[in-house]
Amino acid sequence: MENNSTNNRRYFLDNGLKLGLAAIIGGIGFSKLASKLYGKSETNSGEKMELMTTDGTIVEVDASEVVEVAHSQDHETKYNLREGMPNRKFVMVIDLAKCKNALKCQSACNKHHYITGEHAWLKVYKMQEEEDTAPYWMPTTCMHCDHPACVTVCPVDATFKRRDGLVLIDNDRCIGCRFCMAACPYSTRVFNWSEPDYGEASEVVLNMNMAHEEHNSIEFAGMPSKIGTVDKCDFCPHAIKEDKLPHCVTACPNGVFYFGDKYEDTVTNGDETLRLSKLLKEKSGYRLMEGLGTKPSVYYLPPVNRLVDFKEGLSEYRNYNSVEKIDDL
Amino acid sequence: MKASDTLINDLAPQKFGRKGVIWTTALIIISIAGIIAYIDQVIKGQVVTNMNDYALWGIYISNFVFFVATSFVGAVTVAVLRLTDNAWRTPIVRIAEIISVACIIMAGLTIMIDMGRPDRLMNLFIHGRMQSPIIWDVIIIPTYIVICLLLLYFPLLPDLAILKKHFSQTHPKLSKWYGKFSLNWTGSDKQKKIQLKSIHIIAILIIPAGFILQTVDAWLFSTLFRVGWDSTNMGAYFISGASVAGVGALVTVVYVIRKANKLENYITEYHFDKLGKFLVLTCLIYLYFNINEYVIPEFTSKKEEVTHLNHLYSGQYAPLFWFVIIGGLVIPIIVLLFKKGRKPLPMFYIGLLVVVGSWWKRFLIVTPTLLQPFLPIQGVPESWHHYFPSIHEWVITFATLAMALLIITFLVRYLPIIPIQRTADEQEATKTNKPLSS
Repeated sequence: MENNSTNNRRYFLDNGLKLGLAAIIGGIGFSKLASKLYGKSETNSGEKMELMTTDGTIVEVDASEVVEVAHSQDHETKYNLREGMPNRKFVMVIDLAKCKNALKCQSACNKHHYITGEHAWLKVYKMQEEEDTAPYWMPTTCMHCDHPACVTVCPVDATFKRRDGLVLIDNDRCIGCRFCMAACPYSTRVFNWSEPDYGEASEVVLNMNMAHEEHNSIEFAGMPSKIGTVDKCDFCPHAIKEDKLPHCVTACPNGVFYFGDKYEDTVTNGDETLRLSKLLKEKSGYRLMEGLGTKPSVYYLPPVNRLVDFKEGLSEYRNYNSVEKIDDL
Repeated sequence: MKASDTLINDLAPQKFGRKGVIWTTALIIISIAGIIAYIDQVIKGQVVTNMNDYALWGIYISNFVFFVATSFVGAVTVAVLRLTDNAWRTPIVRIAEIISVACIIMAGLTIMIDMGRPDRLMNLFIHGRMQSPIIWDVIIIPTYIVICLLLLYFPLLPDLAILKKHFSQTHPKLSKWYGKFSLNWTGSDKQKKIQLKSIHIIAILIIPAGFILQTVDAWLFSTLFRVGWDSTNMGAYFISGASVAGVGALVTVVYVIRKANKLENYITEYHFDKLGKFLVLTCLIYLYFNINEYVIPEFTSKKEEVTHLNHLYSGQYAPLFWFVIIGGLVIPIIVLLFKKGRKPLPMFYIGLLVVVGSWWKRFLIVTPTLLQPFLPIQGVPESWHHYFPSIHEWVITFATLAMALLIITFLVRYLPIIPIQRTADEQEATKTNKPLSS
């Protein structure tokens, strides 16, 4: 009994000491942190600085109060990958009047997504509604529908819709039932029927591996592609995050693709930045198969007043091929 | 006493003859070939199939739909004939139950063959979402398997007890197994009461379960936009098609078992006549739905619908389409409407024709629609414009069919395919002129 109480006291003292020590260290840490946070310094330098506040007024502060703040390196991954980038709504506008099937979009997309199969994510269709109407070139990406049929039918939530508009695929979860592919009316989804073949250990593979190590996330869906799972156009979240435009937009020599944020009501093709609502109204924008109720995020501008000749694109047109072999790159 | 002895001798499971051994060996060899082909598919990926990004489902899916459809026979014959109190069902119900069990088990396995990542099967349970029709299938198929097994098992209990006694001298080991499975059946009134009640509940339960199963299967297609699938007709269309496939399979299997086990005295021409009438009824209903699916869209002539139908009427699938419609539906209807057509041998050929037609019918539901997407097929290899199954797909599919037949063969080998107790009771009842309660 007595032995026990001594032990208890010793135990209490021991712990109390540790706790006290921790409190002191913690306190010092906190005061350091606080002084950093509030930018207060002990000495007043007397030097004044003029700064502009967020509402535009000029204020004068002591120079010593201005402290360099280290920017967080990982701020772009601070959102939930399945929720998407907060307060954004990405849209694309494709101006059919400008497209002449240069296919630069496709090869850029294939290259940057390391597409090795036989089916590109981005395709340029040779379209003609009927005999009496003019033919035109129609690039298609994933429509990133607001009411995506693929997401509705996915049994395991492998393909999902984000608040920023993107429809992505978690190819670590996909079971390969291909129900989403059957559901998509735009035939935009591709399947990895075999182990993706990246060829010899070339520069391409090296790049891919490096890029993959950097961005190993759902947002980099399809990179690397996985056997037995579905892939598709991802609207390039890896580029958006770095405030860059998707690869197809930057690669297009004719400025066909406009990319932007619906909340900001602006889209840009790299050369010009336009008001989305105005553009859609003035040029009678439309979406593919509106009647199906899928509500795509990709708008089309009709192929009117074309400066380009449809026939020019025919030389590039390949009916049976959309992906160059990796050796050709 | 003597009569019941011959009855048991006639109806007790028999050892395979030479033909039986050859048949079973062949089925096992085909099954093994399929397993090898499947392993190869798992290793290399589904690139070994001829499926592609357009024909993204192939005969794995149509074969799955066929199995699901055929498994409907348990619900349609056993339960419906039971509830409508059709006494002629006695010698064929167990065969129907066996077909149902074999087909629904194989349906469950077949759908996994189509999965790109079978290793992630558990994701269906970990991440399953109720809104996906596939999850509805994941729920209803195991449910239906359990109900089918119970519907086979409960009525077996008295027969298993009889067999325990029958084999106690000749095959003590076998007798022991029968004894275990008979759950100490003594035939007491109390046991009979419980058994009858259980059978009744299951027989009622299997009808909604069967309808749900077929409808969910139809909804796998009609919840999608594709032309040819996007139809409100699909649920009823699949249920009636399942009745055709199921009864067709039943006729064929009944004929073969009757011949192999020499059951001519128990399964008579009378039963074939009744089965024939049943089959023609299902075929007529199915014809009605086929007219809805294939003729009526011509009236509004929507461009996509007409293109799709022309594909079937006169395009690359025309020979198959007309074979399925004429061979699998019209000819059976014509033949079975005549009394001579409902004799055992013509019935066997008709049953076979119906089953083969039903199998290809599912192919025609799946493939042509996929090859007619909304946007034109461009920028993909020329071979992606068509679909015909590869060797791997054929071998694996034949193996699944062989496995279904193997399950049927195995059950026929060890179970009394004609209910002994019930037949004895019925014979007793006809002698004493007393009506038999259910």
